[in-house]
Amino acid sequence: MKHFFTLLSHEIRMLLVSPATYVAATLFLAFMGLIFAKILEIYAGSPQEYSPAKIYFDLFWLPACVMVPLLTMKCLAEERRAGTIETLLTTPVTTTEVVLSKFGAAYLLYTLLWGSTGGFFYILQKFSGDARFLDTGPLLGGFLFIAVSGLFFVAIGVFASSVTSNQSVAGILGCVMLATLILGGNALSDSAWLEQGVLRPAKNVIDYSHVFSHRDDFTRGVIDTRHLLFYFSGTGLALIFSILSVEAKLLHS
Amino acid sequence: MPEVPTAIEVTNLVKTYGGVTAVSDISFTVAQGEIVGFLGPNGAGKSTTMRILTGYLPATSGSVKICGVPVATNPDEIKRRIGYMPENNPLPEDMRVSEYMYFRGRLKEIPRRKLSPRIDEVLEVCDLKRVRHKIIGQLSKGYRQRVGIAEAILAEPPVIIMDEPTIGLDPHQILIVRDLIASLRGRMTVIISSHILPEIEMTCDRVLIINQGRVVAQGSPAHLRREILGQSSYQLEIAGDLATLPAVLTGVDPALVVSDRQPIDGTDFHRVAVAAERNDDGGEALLAALMRHGFRVRAFSRKQPTLEDVFLAATRRSWDAIDRQKPKGGN
Repeated sequence: MKHFFTLLSHEIRMLLVSPATYVAATLFLAFMGLIFAKILEIYAGSPQEYSPAKIYFDLFWLPACVMVPLLTMKCLAEERRAGTIETLLTTPVTTTEVVLSKFGAAYLLYTLLWGSTGGFFYILQKFSGDARFLDTGPLLGGFLFIAVSGLFFVAIGVFASSVTSNQSVAGILGCVMLATLILGGNALSDSAWLEQGVLRPAKNVIDYSHVFSHRDDFTRGVIDTRHLLFYFSGTGLALIFSILSVEAKLLHS
Repeated sequence: MPEVPTAIEVTNLVKTYGGVTAVSDISFTVAQGEIVGFLGPNGAGKSTTMRILTGYLPATSGSVKICGVPVATNPDEIKRRIGYMPENNPLPEDMRVSEYMYFRGRLKEIPRRKLSPRIDEVLEVCDLKRVRHKIIGQLSKGYRQRVGIAEAILAEPPVIIMDEPTIGLDPHQILIVRDLIASLRGRMTVIISSHILPEIEMTCDRVLIINQGRVVAQGSPAHLRREILGQSSYQLEIAGDLATLPAVLTGVDPALVVSDRQPIDGTDFHRVAVAAERNDDGGEALLAALMRHGFRVRAFSRKQPTLEDVFLAATRRSWDAIDRQKPKGGN
């Protein structure tokens, strides 16, 4: 891992000089700001049962399904399309270092963007002068969930980028995979037909990988190690598959 | 004379993918400090061979050693010993030249304190100082090629591999790149592939002609001329009794024959091509005999076969060999 930090700093720099990053960041912050303003409108109209932070993180799936593919679709697909992966892998760097540096840079940007939305709550608290609006429990839990789940989501985006040399295909593939993971579990969790005997193990798997229930636990302040294990092992698996995918493409190029 | 150590040793190299044999049993060696040119038609297996030499692609069978180190078992060690410029010279479009050089220098493990002076040096050598702060995507093709070459020689590796370094350049830029490659002679072992044959002839000490994944000829350009074409020819413009010319030629050398004869309009001169089976210079004796037998000679030249002739003859010969190997009656 001698070259990891050289590659990581290069990747971060490349993300920072790319106009696409600023477009994605502006869209993300505008969208999240809009959601936040809407939440405040609802709260101003009538009293609500939950804190604004919980409602805010309920909608995490939308930016996750759109932002993550936007940030990751370019990383390996573009290197392969332009042929720069060849010059990169003929220096003393390993495929693992290349994949991890791409993952690290995209993850850093993803968490930074989410982190910057913490400013919304700070502004609300500052201008309302009411400390209750800065509900630290759900807020920290929510951001922790974003940070932990982001590892897995970004790794899926990197994997999608590793299987094709076309950015658009990588973006769509990443979006579909993330939507299947996040929304598919939610859609199937209430299905009665999965309760039948032979499908019971499948139901258990779907319940275990139900991202929305993980989010609810995190925002309630419950840090379950099973959830952590799910995201960490998923991240590891997605990254291993990304590395294998890059190397397999080399063998057959 | 002390024997020059071997920099590259390729033995029975085979690469197949998807049922297609891209490289078929190639063997060759390159001595340290030598500049070797790879020639071959498109799809001959040049780029695949070069990629295997760099450790980027694994070989199906056979062995490759760079400076005595096997590529298959020590790819990391090999990557420290080579500088590689791939086909089409892919470069990151949105980096500045100096930034790119710094990044590549760090990846190639050049110590930080040595990196800046070394970058200055290669930018100077490649005449890139004027564009060092420019974004690579905005550079002309000639500058981009030079950035690729500068990157390949940056870490001063013992072996440089360049896949078509002069492709798409104008004659002036080709001259600069040629001088640049020639300046590496003796210091680094260089393998280049090119379609521009005079380019290879002028730059390279030795040429390897590859066709259908096989080495069909190798040696110095002069050696290849002798080996592949094996004959020299003369172009004459003469007047006189042409019926006696074959006898005069036989009198000089039994190997000399008239291969072509055409009258030149409006004069009694003929343009005659004389072919010799051997590749030695018997021009003086021929000219003297013609004068002695009363021929009037107004032009006499020895036709020098170009590397292009050699290349075409060698590839044609390999095609013929492949055709002969095909089973009769088969498709």
